[in-house]
Amino acid sequence: MVAAAQVGAPATPTRSRSELVAFGAMVLLLVVLPAFVYPVFLMKALCFALFACAFNLLIGYVGLLSFGHALFFGWASYLAAHLAKVGQLSFPIWLGAWQWVTIPLPPLSPELAILGGTATAALLGLIVGSIAIRRQGIYFAMITLALAQMMFFFAVQAPFTHGEDGIQAVPRGRLFGLIDLTDQMNMYITVAVIFLASFLAIYRIINSPFGEVLKAIRENEPRAISLGYRTDRYKLMAFVLSATFTGVAGATKAIVFQLASLTDVDWPTSGEVILMTLVGGLGTVFGPVLGAFFMVSMENYLTTEIGQWVSVVQGGIFVFCVLLFRRGFIGELAHRMRVRL
Amino acid sequence: MFEVFGVSSQALFGQLLIGLINGSFYALLSLGLAVIFGMLNIINFTHGAQYMLGAFVAIFLLQYLGLGYWWALVIAPLVVGATGIVVERLFLRWLYQLDHLYGLLLTFGLALMIEGTFRNFFGSSGLPYSMPPELTGAQNLGFMFLPNYRAWVVAASLTVCLATWFVIERTKLGAYLRAATENPTLVRAFGINVPRMITLTYGFGVALAALAGVMAAPIYNVSPQMGANLIIVVFAVVVIGGMGSILGAIITGFGLGLIEGLTKVFFPEASNTVIFVVMAIVLLIRPTGLFGRSI
Repeated sequence: MVAAAQVGAPATPTRSRSELVAFGAMVLLLVVLPAFVYPVFLMKALCFALFACAFNLLIGYVGLLSFGHALFFGWASYLAAHLAKVGQLSFPIWLGAWQWVTIPLPPLSPELAILGGTATAALLGLIVGSIAIRRQGIYFAMITLALAQMMFFFAVQAPFTHGEDGIQAVPRGRLFGLIDLTDQMNMYITVAVIFLASFLAIYRIINSPFGEVLKAIRENEPRAISLGYRTDRYKLMAFVLSATFTGVAGATKAIVFQLASLTDVDWPTSGEVILMTLVGGLGTVFGPVLGAFFMVSMENYLTTEIGQWVSVVQGGIFVFCVLLFRRGFIGELAHRMRVRL
Repeated sequence: MFEVFGVSSQALFGQLLIGLINGSFYALLSLGLAVIFGMLNIINFTHGAQYMLGAFVAIFLLQYLGLGYWWALVIAPLVVGATGIVVERLFLRWLYQLDHLYGLLLTFGLALMIEGTFRNFFGSSGLPYSMPPELTGAQNLGFMFLPNYRAWVVAASLTVCLATWFVIERTKLGAYLRAATENPTLVRAFGINVPRMITLTYGFGVALAALAGVMAAPIYNVSPQMGANLIIVVFAVVVIGGMGSILGAIITGFGLGLIEGLTKVFFPEASNTVIFVVMAIVLLIRPTGLFGRSI
């Protein structure tokens, strides 16, 4: 397992002030930036930043490469959009014969819709995770990709997703029935708070005893087993946590953009989040955030300049990062300055 | 004419034949993936793009040089295989000492670049490629019509698969390959040029993908994304079969094609997803795959 050690950050338990400084800088930027940058762009970048942080929890700290995280992102956004717009849930259930069971719900307020989307992602994470962790390494990647593709086809066929059209005109509603989210600034503050809370939660998980066991599994799984850890349970727990935070990101994105579409469940989205994390730095705390901002701004500005060539540029960045820039921006910075970031 | 569970034999055998055709492509592609993985320890995500390149080379040969299907069947795998060798020398060989995942990420990036470039030049809609005149028409088998071209695809793919199996499992060259897979350092000590063998293996695996692409050109539309979705299904096939065995890859490929065909007859809504469902079930029962060894 020598090779595995090359993914992610070293598992040194030392603490440093560098993370605190970087966190302060990030919060400051989140406060200042809306004065200069279009808030919708910032909200998109924040959703993807959270998505990348959740993904990084798995690749950076357990060494598992999931190629199917769009599944949790997309389905959480579908459920959140559906709950906010329609509310009523109906699904077939086997009671001697297939019957449709309907839970009559009114359209929910945005916080409940996001919660519902997140719960969906957690449940899907539990199912997909318990199948996928049976294999390691590249098999794990292929299995997650295949299961995500399966759920993509479900999304194409299920009536409530409206296929190619997606769920459109999702109301943003009032947060807790009080705060009007149609106001752009209110929405931005909500997204920023959700992002920061999730970011801190992920940081706490990484630095907890549980997180230390995850790193031990990444470095040397047989040894972790011999020390008495049930590594399968740890890996499954990490997978579910990663899926859950991905769900938060997807559900929030659906409310912000008032849209849930097939793009978010399709495999290019899974590739995109890998690229964001890779560019920023696998297994770094701040890397995924920077990577997401970098990629989202690149797409925003380049799409107008070079249109369809964006996917070629993305592919090129992949090749470049894998060959010459494996530490990513933040990883390289931390390495040069000998600090943890 | 007779009926099976309320489905006419015509429809049933028709779908089974389509399943067998799809299975031929699954088998060829998963075989290439298995051969490459055995030698390079890399899952070649570019495989789908290289399959697409094979089909496009066939179209270019016809348009610019006037060379037809049979020429394309020989030239396209050589050309695309040569580009594969360049890719291996330029990019992949730097990754052998690293985690396997980097190989997957790099080939994924290459696939994005190749498919993106072709989408820019040829759009998303497909280009037609006509069947070779020798293989048009169909045979009446009594219970169904068998188009000649489809029979040829199944026969050709089966022959190529079995020939590959024979070379790897039963010849001296194959013995070197298998030995180098087990212990490259020791094989090098015996004076065998292992890096060149690795390069040629990658070229061969890529050529198989291109061959599948040429054979697919007259059946499916030739489009830039023809390989993108196929490769994900092939990944599932590879997970089901396990990559330890060449014969396993071939059997799983054809078998899953047939299962998919049957699903199209009896439960068409699930025909897109059935292979993934089979994969999940196999993983629950036998995590190493049907023919796999644990890695």
